[in-house]
Amino acid sequence: MRIAFVNTLHKLAAKNPNIILITGDLGFSVFENYIREFPRQFLNAGVAEQNMTGIAAGMAMEGKIPLIYSIVPFVTMRNFEQIRNDICYQGLNVKIVGVGAGYSYGMYGHTHYGLEDMGILRTIPGITIIAPGDPVETELATIAALKTRGPVYIRLGKAGEPLVHKIRPKFEIGKGIVITEGKDIMLLACGTMLPVALEVSDILKNKYSAKVVSMHTIKPIDDVLIKNLSRKMKGIFTLEEHAAIGGLGSAVAEVLAENCLNVVFKRFGTPDHFSKVSGKQKYMREQNGLSAKIIAGEIVKKIS
Amino acid sequence: MNKHKLLKSANNVRKSIMDMAYTAQSAHAGGSLSCVDILTVLYFSIMKINPQKPLDPTRDRLIFSKAHDCKALYAVLAEKSFFNSEKLNTYEMDGGLPGHSTRNIVPGIEASAGSLGHGLSIATGIAYAKKLDKKSQKVFAILSDGECDEGSTWEAILFAGHHKLDNLIAIVDYNKLQAYGRISEVLELEPFADKWKAFGWEVREVDGHNIDGIESILINLPFRKGKPSVLLAHTIKGYLGVKKYVDQVSSQYKPPTEEEYEKVLGGMK
Repeated sequence: MRIAFVNTLHKLAAKNPNIILITGDLGFSVFENYIREFPRQFLNAGVAEQNMTGIAAGMAMEGKIPLIYSIVPFVTMRNFEQIRNDICYQGLNVKIVGVGAGYSYGMYGHTHYGLEDMGILRTIPGITIIAPGDPVETELATIAALKTRGPVYIRLGKAGEPLVHKIRPKFEIGKGIVITEGKDIMLLACGTMLPVALEVSDILKNKYSAKVVSMHTIKPIDDVLIKNLSRKMKGIFTLEEHAAIGGLGSAVAEVLAENCLNVVFKRFGTPDHFSKVSGKQKYMREQNGLSAKIIAGEIVKKIS
Repeated sequence: MNKHKLLKSANNVRKSIMDMAYTAQSAHAGGSLSCVDILTVLYFSIMKINPQKPLDPTRDRLIFSKAHDCKALYAVLAEKSFFNSEKLNTYEMDGGLPGHSTRNIVPGIEASAGSLGHGLSIATGIAYAKKLDKKSQKVFAILSDGECDEGSTWEAILFAGHHKLDNLIAIVDYNKLQAYGRISEVLELEPFADKWKAFGWEVREVDGHNIDGIESILINLPFRKGKPSVLLAHTIKGYLGVKKYVDQVSSQYKPPTEEEYEKVLGGMK
């Protein structure tokens, strides 16, 4: 996803000299070509994310389109108040790019996990939150974010995420993309969990046919899709590599509850305790109830 | 500019601040009063601004980071005719001017602030963008001494020094009193000038109530080519010339009493 992001940004920056990539001292081996070609459109703000965010706000006031970049917790939590006050409260055109969604930096331990970012950012008025589900969606999300005026948070995995889309889908902020048709259950997934949702669907294929939807935009949530497609389903399940509290699952639950959609529902996200172990992304998902096998088992239990 | 006119404007601003503080029974009169002379010199003598064109792209920018003291900013903008001074009567009233200055709520307010330690970063970002675009406008940031406790302020100081932003001018309203005590007792900033110098800034110090002194320093900007400028303005919290209201922690919180209000206004006539 990181590569898809930087390659897309590379093309957009060539066309728009106001685009400025600001990093909190991260991106080694990712940004070198970009820096070589657009030195004026790159800034390393140092390991100082609060100042980086304030600087981006000031630059946006002068008509620049800054993108601030770092690992998820450092670019959303360390500087949360600057995002709230300096960017969103002032309605400024700044994009926030977080890498390392969920357990992407699994071996690095909990300080580097991105598990609470969508939950906290979702409370801020005026921000758009996108968690693209594969490299193709990353490209399309980056283009869409830069076409949108105002604050957008793009939540990326890291590297090597599988390709889900064989052809470029129509991508619109706030509109889910149906990946596979199915009539029994609906799996709403965002970001790095989209490929897992397809695995779950495959495991369950002899029991239930699953409609898999990429809910790449967490805010604004696609309430029309949820309302239209939920009624006919035996169960609705959300999948995200994020705390079960606050993110996609919460956003979908709000729509279901407020529209009296009485349907079997479960959120698959990370549990409400700090993990005692660390390890690679796959291992961390297994440890925290987010492997395709565990999710498939839970779904069967929930429906039957 | 004519000293008499500047003094008159500063006194009008002081009166407006006292009116707002008394009418709204509001806190933060002390820190509003300590920066009046600085703001008056900036808005009436130094900055290139046009109240008729508050969003003119060629204007100098001023980011008022110590926004809890925004009575001073509102009053000086009204005195400069950015908006009708009747608007000041709405200060901290329902639907009126907020107790922390908010972007474009009235013409002339460049940035929303209120949480300390944000303003210098915003000003630094503007200054950086101006350098990229080879624009000559200046960017001023008014800081409180208390907000120099914030780590984010020092992140911005480090950044601006590194990038040699000589279009950036920070002015610290150094009244030596923060919210819950004297700076020297809470978190000592001294040797303050040395700290800024060590971060690559050119430092000047001034009596922050000496209008001539402030003007003569700010007329020559930057203080040194290739370095951001900082003016440490030694001020007195609650400065009005009325001793009882001066240099007390309580002036951060306590609205003026009727007696103080009358006495102050009488003394300024």
